[in-house]
Amino acid sequence: MSPKEPGEFPEVTPGSEPDATDNLPENTLPVNPDALQPEVIRVRQGMFGTTGSGDTSGYGGLVRPVTMPGGTPRPYGGWFDEFADDFGTGLAEAGLPHAVEKVVVHRGEITLFIRRADLLEVAKLLRDDPKLRFEFCSGVSGVHYPEDAGRELHAVYHLLSMTHNRRIRLEVTCPDGDPHIPSVVPVYPTNDWHERETYDFFGIIFDGHPALTRIEMPDDWPGHPQRKDYPLGGIPVEYKGATIPPPDTRRAYN
Amino acid sequence: MTTTENTTRNREYDDPYAPSSHTDEGRVFTVTGQDWDSVVTGVAEEAEERVVVNMGPQHPSTHGVLRLILELEGETVTEARCGIGYLHTGIEKNMEFRSWTQGVTFCTRMDYLSPFYNEATYCLGVERLLGIEDEIPEKAQVMRVLLMEINRISSHLVAIATGGMEIGALTVMTIGFRERELCLDLFELITGLRMNHAFIRPGGVAQDMPPGALDQIRDFIALMKKRLPEYAALCNANPIFKARLQDVGVLDLAGCMALGLTGPVLRSTGYPWDLRKTQPYSGYQDYDFDVVTWDTADSYGRFRIRLAEMWESLRIIEQATDRLAGLEGAPVMIGDKKIAWPSQLAIGSDGMGNSLDHIRHIMGESMEALIHHFKLVTEGFRVPAGQAYVPVESPRGELGAHVVSDGGTRPYRAHFRDPSFTNLQATSVMAEGGMVADVIVAIASIDPVMGGVDR
Repeated sequence: MSPKEPGEFPEVTPGSEPDATDNLPENTLPVNPDALQPEVIRVRQGMFGTTGSGDTSGYGGLVRPVTMPGGTPRPYGGWFDEFADDFGTGLAEAGLPHAVEKVVVHRGEITLFIRRADLLEVAKLLRDDPKLRFEFCSGVSGVHYPEDAGRELHAVYHLLSMTHNRRIRLEVTCPDGDPHIPSVVPVYPTNDWHERETYDFFGIIFDGHPALTRIEMPDDWPGHPQRKDYPLGGIPVEYKGATIPPPDTRRAYN
Repeated sequence: MTTTENTTRNREYDDPYAPSSHTDEGRVFTVTGQDWDSVVTGVAEEAEERVVVNMGPQHPSTHGVLRLILELEGETVTEARCGIGYLHTGIEKNMEFRSWTQGVTFCTRMDYLSPFYNEATYCLGVERLLGIEDEIPEKAQVMRVLLMEINRISSHLVAIATGGMEIGALTVMTIGFRERELCLDLFELITGLRMNHAFIRPGGVAQDMPPGALDQIRDFIALMKKRLPEYAALCNANPIFKARLQDVGVLDLAGCMALGLTGPVLRSTGYPWDLRKTQPYSGYQDYDFDVVTWDTADSYGRFRIRLAEMWESLRIIEQATDRLAGLEGAPVMIGDKKIAWPSQLAIGSDGMGNSLDHIRHIMGESMEALIHHFKLVTEGFRVPAGQAYVPVESPRGELGAHVVSDGGTRPYRAHFRDPSFTNLQATSVMAEGGMVADVIVAIASIDPVMGGVDR
């Protein structure tokens, strides 16, 4: 992924003039072709965990890219296609043709990467459209990818449609330099505390939240503890003459 | 600043149990529950009806270390807010520094009244990421269901017991904890621990059923069938109990949807949403049980649902016990030796410890087994990159773990959507406009567990 300026949203550039095929059902969810590549979030170096190399000794200075599953092309399989058709139609009607950055179907779960500026509108559409009807939000969870330049902070929403008995996942990213994501509290009031928690732990500022304050940590706490650059802390513990170092300084096989 | 000056000026109320001080917001009384005279006199002098009461976090009726900020007009609550975070222990952060299997040891401690559900949702997520959902042995699945349902009974018993205690029904508390003890005895027999079991592991469960466990479970079922009617006899038609609970803490279906409430609170509105039925996991589709609903959407309905759900859990436990009887000697851990936890425990003359058979095998018979043991215990297994969310129906509602892997031996991120955390948001709508005494009942009917709220 190329680094992006803070606040700039990636433009979806199909690279060709619109033609008749754009209206085919399988093209109703516009997706950047680049988004189909596995996403490299960092490169791991060390002695452990490399596959595909002849060197099993570990002394070769092994380098391994860490990739998250890339976008999935149609058809997705199962009810995902029916959902994608309805969702694509709804997006077109709502005037949000570029809201979806990419769609990942992995391990039987569908993840929609939503452009952050469109999040609130998309959430409203997902909740209110009778064919979608995701009336239940299981809250938001933050994930910090410090080496994924321009997309360091992810907010992940799990939506449930009790009407259709379906679950989807929305993922919204924002850069560390501009950690703003629109709040979905106007659509899903249940996210009130969840967004406060994610703000508390990751420093993502949910614009439009009624009272975005810390919820778990004390009000005057410095930093956001769940970020990867925030130390775990801990002290060495002596037990029967041996000293056990704190967990974040122990040998890791990651 | 001026606070010191004001404090000295107010020495006329020199009550060691209820000292008072002046702030910008008005006079502040610190009450420890010993002597209310100075508060009563002081408030009367202020000639103001509006009082802000800070209740908790150390209070016997707030269902844990929950802090309530109540704004009162007389005895009516005009605003209610929760202060949480007093039990935050950084479990999710800690899990990022341990192997995938060790993560179970941490997440079991979150919602300490339903440890098996924490373990189960985390393990189901990890198993989905590993792509081994279909390879979990049947016996492990049945044991998971068995433990989860015994756990549902023990959790509901605590909900009813503490809820009763908070409104003064102390007998409900004593008999509730009496029966819960039976559940914990079963846990101790099967897992070795009464709480914090870390028994459900990615790939299966830690150990096989101990000898004699099925008989004890059958005794437990028989005893519970005698004991559960006691709760109904004590409470169901008790006029005081009903007067305290009926039409208190009402939240209708639309409110539950908007605020994301699940579990008994949602089912008390009459909507039969239970993940065991709607999105079955661990083979729940193979068991015969009913989803209990009520139509009053109040605290009394939630109490009756919990009571009836214990009967349904007993039905599931009976079926699971019968299935386990036919699964003697079947594996309880996945066959894949690259994932299955290699170590085995056994009861020896000095208590539970390493299985001597296993030690003999890895030290004397198989170099490969020794390597696997060493690698899996020190390094752990790798989980393919991706994310998963597999919620389960905990006694309090939808409990889910958002598990993210970057392909390493440790969780990249594990976030728990705890139902207590979400459901507690309903405190304001349930309590505002009611009496102070009803706040306690409303919160007890949500049954938040602060270990799960704060994690």
